[in-house]
Amino acid sequence: MSQFTPVSAVLGGILIGLSAAWLWVSLGRVAGISGILGAMTRPDASWRLAFLAGLIGTPMLIAVSGGSVAWRAPVEQWPILIVGGLLVGFGTRLGSGCTSGHGVCGMARLSPRSIAATAIFMATGGLTVFVMRHAWGV
Amino acid sequence: MRQNIAALAAGSLFGLGLVISHMVDPLKVQAFLDVAGDWDPSVAFVMVGAIPATAIGLIVGRRTGHPLLAADFAQPSERRVDARLIGGAVMFGAGWGLVGYCPGPALAALGNGASNTFVFVAAMGAGMAAFRFFPFARHTRVA
Repeated sequence: MSQFTPVSAVLGGILIGLSAAWLWVSLGRVAGISGILGAMTRPDASWRLAFLAGLIGTPMLIAVSGGSVAWRAPVEQWPILIVGGLLVGFGTRLGSGCTSGHGVCGMARLSPRSIAATAIFMATGGLTVFVMRHAWGV
Repeated sequence: MRQNIAALAAGSLFGLGLVISHMVDPLKVQAFLDVAGDWDPSVAFVMVGAIPATAIGLIVGRRTGHPLLAADFAQPSERRVDARLIGGAVMFGAGWGLVGYCPGPALAALGNGASNTFVFVAAMGAGMAAFRFFPFARHTRVA
């Protein structure tokens, strides 16, 4: 456990949860990022654009104003990035949610679908990393 | 306009939370998924903070009866755990493990300037766009 950071994890998590709470109380919408991104071409997309502007812009603002942002680049191999991106994009639409929609918002509602989805994507995520690191050695 | 400001505030808070919790670091997320290696359980603690905070919003919403700036709550209605949900979660988990990005952190990390992050986000967008061509895509909802 080289980099365990429970305090910043809980604090950041609370902010993510307050964001989801606020989006629900103000607009009545679930803060599921894949759902928001996947519905960008719908007619009522302007609130989604505004949400994404905040999501993408705020870390940039923190970085340019001298704050430290721990955003290391992912793996270098483009085939892994492309296959991973396609799986995440297609899979979150097929499964109607990602870590935020199912893992946070759905779990907070105690939705059986979201509990099942979260258990499954955690398990396949773990299995994928296990195969990659300990079987293939990528 | 007020809706957009509310959404901008929510997105900003979400982005700040992703930075503070280090979810924008794909190697840290992979260390959470690497139970057999140098395991870092931090991501589980992100959920420990996020889920109760989200639940507060659900409780407040139940009290008020309707959203402050909209007519109704867009409550997910689907109840069944079906093959679509399972298949989608399997695919998403595999991609998440391969790269260490889920959709929110990948977008929030675009400012890191790394071409790798951009390639992942472009592929993720292509995967979402490709889904539209499938016959069952019509019935898609949020979460």
